[in-house]
Amino acid sequence: MIDRRTPRKATVGTLYLSSTHTIFVENSEARKETWVLHSLVSNVERLPTNPSGSPVIIRCKNLIVYRLLIPQEKDSLDVVASLTRLSRPERYGELFCFSFNPNLDKELREKAWGFMDLKAEFNRMGIPSNLWHVTAANHEYRLCDTYPSELFVPKSASPAVIVGSAKFRSRGRLPVLSYFHRDTSASICRSSQPLSGFSARSSDDEQMLQAIMKSNPVSEFMYVVDTRPKLNAMANRAAGKGYENEDHYTNIKLQFIGIENIHVMRNSQQKLIDVGDMAAPSMADFLWGLENSGWLKHIKAVLDAGVFIAKAVAEDGVSVLVHCSDGWDRTAQACSVASVLLDPYYRTIKGLMVLIEKDWVSFGHKFSHRYAHLDGDPKEVSPVMDQFLECVWQLMQQFPCAFEFNERFLIQLHMLIYSCQYGNFIGNCQKERRDLKLQERTHSLWPHLWENRAEYTNPLYRTDHSQTQGVLRPLTTAYCFKFWKGMYGRAERSLSSQQSPADCLNAVREESQQLEEELTAHQEVPRETDAGQETCPAEGEENFRGEEEDQQVV
Amino acid sequence: MEFAELIKTPRVDGVILHRPFMPTVEGTLCLTGHHIILSSRQDNTEELWLLHANIDSIEKRFVGSLGTIIVKCKDLRVIQLDIPGMEECLNIASSVEALSTLDSVSLMYPFFYRPLFEVIEDGWQLFVPEEAFKDLESMTDEWRLSEVNKDFSVCPSYPSLLTVPKDIDDESLIKAASFRHGGRFPVLSYYHKKNGMVMMRAAQPLTGTNGRRCKEDEKLINATLCAGKRGYIIDTRTIAVAQQAKARGGGFEQEANYPQWRRIHKAIERSNILQESLIKLVEACNDQSHNMDRWLSKLEASNWQSHVKEILTTACLAAQCIDREGASVLVHGSEGTDSTLQVTSLAQIILDPACRTIRGFEALIEREWLQAGHPFQQRCAQSAYSNGKPRSEAPVFLLFLDCVWQILRQFPCSFQFSESFLIMLFEHTYASQFGTFLGNSVAERAKLQLSHKTVSLWSWVNRPQELERYLNPLYEANNLVIWPSVAPQSLLLWEGVFLRWNRSTKCLDEAYQEMVHIIEYNKELQNKVNSLRRQLAQLETEDSPLQTP
Repeated sequence: MIDRRTPRKATVGTLYLSSTHTIFVENSEARKETWVLHSLVSNVERLPTNPSGSPVIIRCKNLIVYRLLIPQEKDSLDVVASLTRLSRPERYGELFCFSFNPNLDKELREKAWGFMDLKAEFNRMGIPSNLWHVTAANHEYRLCDTYPSELFVPKSASPAVIVGSAKFRSRGRLPVLSYFHRDTSASICRSSQPLSGFSARSSDDEQMLQAIMKSNPVSEFMYVVDTRPKLNAMANRAAGKGYENEDHYTNIKLQFIGIENIHVMRNSQQKLIDVGDMAAPSMADFLWGLENSGWLKHIKAVLDAGVFIAKAVAEDGVSVLVHCSDGWDRTAQACSVASVLLDPYYRTIKGLMVLIEKDWVSFGHKFSHRYAHLDGDPKEVSPVMDQFLECVWQLMQQFPCAFEFNERFLIQLHMLIYSCQYGNFIGNCQKERRDLKLQERTHSLWPHLWENRAEYTNPLYRTDHSQTQGVLRPLTTAYCFKFWKGMYGRAERSLSSQQSPADCLNAVREESQQLEEELTAHQEVPRETDAGQETCPAEGEENFRGEEEDQQVV
Repeated sequence: MEFAELIKTPRVDGVILHRPFMPTVEGTLCLTGHHIILSSRQDNTEELWLLHANIDSIEKRFVGSLGTIIVKCKDLRVIQLDIPGMEECLNIASSVEALSTLDSVSLMYPFFYRPLFEVIEDGWQLFVPEEAFKDLESMTDEWRLSEVNKDFSVCPSYPSLLTVPKDIDDESLIKAASFRHGGRFPVLSYYHKKNGMVMMRAAQPLTGTNGRRCKEDEKLINATLCAGKRGYIIDTRTIAVAQQAKARGGGFEQEANYPQWRRIHKAIERSNILQESLIKLVEACNDQSHNMDRWLSKLEASNWQSHVKEILTTACLAAQCIDREGASVLVHGSEGTDSTLQVTSLAQIILDPACRTIRGFEALIEREWLQAGHPFQQRCAQSAYSNGKPRSEAPVFLLFLDCVWQILRQFPCSFQFSESFLIMLFEHTYASQFGTFLGNSVAERAKLQLSHKTVSLWSWVNRPQELERYLNPLYEANNLVIWPSVAPQSLLLWEGVFLRWNRSTKCLDEAYQEMVHIIEYNKELQNKVNSLRRQLAQLETEDSPLQTP
């Protein structure tokens, strides 16, 4: 069997299929192993058998492609059939996270799940406050089954208004707090579209928005950002949905952003992946493919949405309500991009995890549907989170010192979202995760990532740096957006000799740290030797030499 | 001629300078023979000193009596000057226009510039062919330095000293020269120490339509092959273009006459097409209203990135023939002064670690561009904003720098210099106070007496305090051949040049500073630790006699 991950390098080895992984062991002396999770396999394709064997292509959801050449046609048919079945689990119980066991005892597992505390995160923002509080309205998910049970709303909104507003919103996803900006008291709230149709209105919903606006005492109006293209929003009115009528809501300004829907994004990403997969494209093929995919245009739209919201909140001190149709895709993107721009905390390793937990996991982004965890409707699949991570990556290009994490962190997160190894991204909402008893049956990813944070650290990050602090104001001119080679161009990684400045710098920093330690050691040791010399000088010398030798190895 | 005649209004007050991503400055505008100067007469505000030679084109606009001049520079910067008073504005505009388009080389600023620094090491004497030959002699005795072109009569665009195979006499060289375009007979460009293979360059052979041949030319290049070995001729033109060249007396080496050579055609475009490409690219970069589709389609339509890819691919091919195939290579296009030099110089950067040091890179530019007769003055007369019909302007050298940047970006630890060194070179090829890039050949430079009358760029750059600005903090000498990726996704737009004035670089500069800081801190620690270690070793040796009874 030949594993050809890259066109340049082919290796011969043996292929094993376990219940959870495809394992390829090279015949070389190193017996290098490649493990591929079945849940990470996006599709398996068998090409016509040729004299040298049957080619099989395994495409993974994290965009890595493995090419195998299997000598016997019969074997290749078996491999493809098994992998196809194994990579499309039908029930949650089949997912890898339920069998994955990193040898943690029960107590540690529970502690790991407690690593993420959203209440603490709202506390960090200064919530609850005299204007915002937590409501029990969604206790047991009575009001909205895709929202978290704890919701933050303006204090001035009465329970009746909350219930009434939920009734007037698609799937009960009423306007609630997503982010509170301490510096200006402006907030980012999120919801789904109102059930306004052509003429319907709800005084409760109107009061809800009024309450949100009033929670920001200095501002006289608020923005409602509808992240959809206006045409789509208008079309929704025919189905009894739509957008806020500015005549009914006092002091709101409606703003459409024009992020396309999940179907457009899915097709766009497929085209982009095809561009990355092209064998020896010309520059014109590549640039044309990039343009034709529309991908960067969509990334720009998402970032523009974030920039608009961040500017309103930080510069104009105006609160913003963000919604799209259901409020779990584009809304999550826009809110979280804006948060990254506004708050330096979200640009740290821990902060980005918190942000994902808050804006995506807790607010019911449909992870299992979007990332095809189970065999299901292919029309539900869409790279929504991919786009958020890419927006962060594009920002890292403009602000190299502003992020504590590096590109590897984003790529790792992307893989973990798709891989179903941990329980965090299983299911489509908090209620579903609770019903699945994920905290008892699976492990949490966050502490694991946190422990390995050294690997994900950006050497240029410094907490006291000017671009680390405050609000990021990126340029979103078309030429500022780049093709994300680390994600979409991995077939070209073959040249291992290429150097990464970040890795060099990390090595240098590590060395500096060791030198620092050695310096302190040297400064301490003479005292010890002095003391030792009185009793047993030779021994002290001996110790010293040993230590020095160790350090020279470094 | 007196410059004063051209300066109708030497001074205007209350002029406002607008530059993208920078605060506006109000001050007094002065015109001198070689500069536009704007000074706010405040200590902290940066002044504008712009060489007339850097001005590519100017436009004027009027609103009432307020005139505006838009100055477009060869380094791609665009600045705007608001000048009160219509007459003043017209005067300034016409003076600048006249002063920035002076034809005579001897009126250029380098002839008037007096350095305010002490020249420690004269750049004009730094890279003489004799020195380069000494290095070669230490590796092989198969070559000799010929003086056949002593008075530039055999080949006006070649230097007076040329490295040729030892067994070929000057008579044969003269005959071979008559068979090559512009007399550019095959000469040594690079000797690959690792395996003794060589790279030569020349101009196209003058085979014409009836297939002329020249025994001396054949003998000359065959003399570089080891017995039984084949070599490669890399023709930078497509076969179609090479065929067409026959009608104008040019052509390519026929297999029948060069049986030991395999010819490979590549597709590096000619200079007028490159110039057009540059103009389109810069136009696309300067229009910030473009949406994503339009930007990408303009970027593609400019073809600039395709040129970068093609040039790098050809250079990689040449390097591969030498290093991997163990074969010698002859590179030529038509004249042998443009695409040929791009390929031979880039191949050396790939193959030879010495070319990745600052000195080595300067030597490479001297050898493969200045002494090899790249017509800098013609090619860099105008840049991307020129309105006039292009004569022989072309961003050949800029493309070379772009390719070097691509390799540098892929191998950020392998170059002693940083991107800023490349950008500095780009600026100085188009407008400079130094004489280095004046003239089109060694012969012209000698005639202009540049080495007496002007200062060399290298004299300035190589001063330690100046050099420091161009050092790459990540550099670690690397003796390997470095193979760049030429896949489209690995080749990026050179933002440092093309988007330089269209964005703020504050954050990127900070990142660079941070990088320098990390590395300097590391060095500092290393020094401390080393000195402690030394002290310790000393203590130990001093102590030991006491301990041995």
